[in-house]
Amino acid sequence: MTALFAAPAPPAELLLRDARVLDPRSGLDGARDVLLRAGAVAEIGESGSLESPAGCETIDASGKHLFPAFVDPHVHLRTPGQEHKEDLETGTRAAAAGGYCAVVAMPNTDPVLDQPALLRGLIAQAGAHARVPVGFMAAISVGLRGEQLTEMALLREAGALGFTDDGKPVRSAGLLRRALQYQRLCGGLIALHEEDPTLSGDGVMHEGEVSAALGLAGIPSISEATMIARDALVAAHEGGRVHFQHISARSSVAALAGARAAGIAVSGEASPHHLLLTDEAVRSLDTSFKMNPPLRSEDDRQALIEALRDGTIECIATDHAPHARDEKAVPFEAAPMGTTGLETAFAALYTDLVQPGTLTLACLLERFTAAAGLLELETPTIVPGAPANVCLVDLDASWRVGEGGYESRSTNSCFAGRELNGRVLLTVAGGRVAYRERSFALSAA
Amino acid sequence: MRHLLSIEDLDRDEIERILASAAFFGEVADRPIKKVPSFRGRLVINLFYEASTRTRSSFELAAKRLSTDVLNVVSSGSSVEKGESLRDTVATLSAYGPDAIVIRSPHAGAPALIAGWTPAGVVNAGDGKHQHPTQALLDVYVLRQRLGELEGRSIWIVGDVLHSRVARSCAQAFRKLGADVTFAGPPTLVPNTLAALGCEVRHTLDGIGDADVIYALRLQHERMSEAFLPSLREYAAHYQINSRRLRARQLLMHPGPVNRGVELSGEVIDAPNSLIVEQVRAGIVVRMAVLVEVLSGSHAGDPSVRRLPAPEPQLA
Repeated sequence: MTALFAAPAPPAELLLRDARVLDPRSGLDGARDVLLRAGAVAEIGESGSLESPAGCETIDASGKHLFPAFVDPHVHLRTPGQEHKEDLETGTRAAAAGGYCAVVAMPNTDPVLDQPALLRGLIAQAGAHARVPVGFMAAISVGLRGEQLTEMALLREAGALGFTDDGKPVRSAGLLRRALQYQRLCGGLIALHEEDPTLSGDGVMHEGEVSAALGLAGIPSISEATMIARDALVAAHEGGRVHFQHISARSSVAALAGARAAGIAVSGEASPHHLLLTDEAVRSLDTSFKMNPPLRSEDDRQALIEALRDGTIECIATDHAPHARDEKAVPFEAAPMGTTGLETAFAALYTDLVQPGTLTLACLLERFTAAAGLLELETPTIVPGAPANVCLVDLDASWRVGEGGYESRSTNSCFAGRELNGRVLLTVAGGRVAYRERSFALSAA
Repeated sequence: MRHLLSIEDLDRDEIERILASAAFFGEVADRPIKKVPSFRGRLVINLFYEASTRTRSSFELAAKRLSTDVLNVVSSGSSVEKGESLRDTVATLSAYGPDAIVIRSPHAGAPALIAGWTPAGVVNAGDGKHQHPTQALLDVYVLRQRLGELEGRSIWIVGDVLHSRVARSCAQAFRKLGADVTFAGPPTLVPNTLAALGCEVRHTLDGIGDADVIYALRLQHERMSEAFLPSLREYAAHYQINSRRLRARQLLMHPGPVNRGVELSGEVIDAPNSLIVEQVRAGIVVRMAVLVEVLSGSHAGDPSVRRLPAPEPQLA
């Protein structure tokens, strides 16, 4: 059974001429002609060497970069039940516009994705509406209540990529242990939102000087780190594999590194907002900056960047969390947690980490695709015979976030108004053209 | 002044102007007719999302003494209780053409938010644990009347600073006028991060004898169920201001309402160096002064800003 689902579309038939191809996996870094046929990379040749076959569109990609398209292990597509925020179509349009060829939807929907029948229904919907292949995580516990295991084996057979109670921690170490025992039977990634509710309480932002000054209830960084340490030990005991979601704090990075050094099968993801923003942004009380885990201190941010660079954190996840405008147009404490992220992730990280020289472009691209390996999916790469999963990017194009609207149904971007560099022009996902930037589509025609 | 949202927004000159204007209204308050006619026909709406006796009644009285019309909207029994959003409530009330909206909200930042939604001037009457600027101004007013300049004076704010909007606003206001501010209380309620407000943080009352002013905060009973405190008895043993700890030359303040026998002992509440009743009295004249500032500075008469602005993209 395939693990990703998308609406049918004609396979890409494209010749990308003279693109600057950068693929950290194959090591290719140079100007090439790339021919995509029948949904796969058919041929790669020196610039100007490939002929366009009959019926194949040719795109002059001179000066543009061609990357393996991105994989996001953590998005909220809000379907079923909250389609006023996002649905499979709008969410995957946003993904396509951000250069993604695969996204993994979280199960904290309404109802919660905790039954095989629900999953089968969602897979059918994705098969009708998703622009970009979507995978689904099922819940670890029924209703995300942390009490009873879902039918993990049946859910895997129905197509679940893995399991998570994302949005909520698995409070009970005992329940996590049972889930890990079932992982031995049915496989699948177990992804954990780490938060000790006795420490996070009713917190709405990072606990520190800013929360003290504003009088907002804080979420201390140890609420995440202590749970990472605990759950790594549980995983070790069961010989299981766990993935830590949206890591936000230096102490969490240390807990992850310690677990890995001890030989435990752990992995971690970081989100663009935690890599680029701090709790200082919350001084404005702008609800776009309210997310869980919260934006933390500059020291935490530096630790995340270092962990991303050295591979302690192996992948980038947007935690794309759309909310309707009305829901965010309330006081900070009353607002829901989350920011959108799919349309801005690459450009924001490229602008703030690659351009200043903090991170190499090759490293960033590797982290944008590495989640595929964790999910036992094929990692996007640009080699002959591979499925066509590429994005064409103009690194010199700058754009203002939100100025031309969003593909997402929601507008709650923490980067709204920011001038970013790096514009996705074309995305080919699962062998199909999923996105063309408007102006680019005209010029290429 | 267009709005009064936070002490942070005020410079020293603006504070002085409000204090001078309050002093003038203090003289009016001693006359047989306590009203001034200057703002006849203007509309002030009190929008209160939290229970409040003294703040709401003193704003109401202040507005009436300025001859404005006053409309009180409280959350219980209103459309707020029926689930109307803050934005819709403000749009509805704005249709009445208020010149000022006084808002008390359990949420930090609510006044700043509604200032973007209404053409009326907005006065923050307390937002979450964030700010309570008119309380701070009235406390400064009372202290200035007793002490003159606050430059170099030592003021200790004692108790549950973590959950106190009064403590935050007062610390900022006292510091703007040159006072040294110390926060004191148990580590659970006075975390070291509060030093970011420019105040000294202490966890005992050692040295409180050197303070010129002791400002005790109300201790909410629910702090015990939240495990911030083991017991009121233990708190009182360590942090209660009583006749043993309060010296005759020191001034005592409290924002009210007092838990007698907890943060303050009965005898100090009624002592001659207690300013608690003066604080309440000052509440009216200082709020009159603040309303004058906002009513004079509001653009309410300008039809171009009457319309509620359309939703804008949220800019970072």
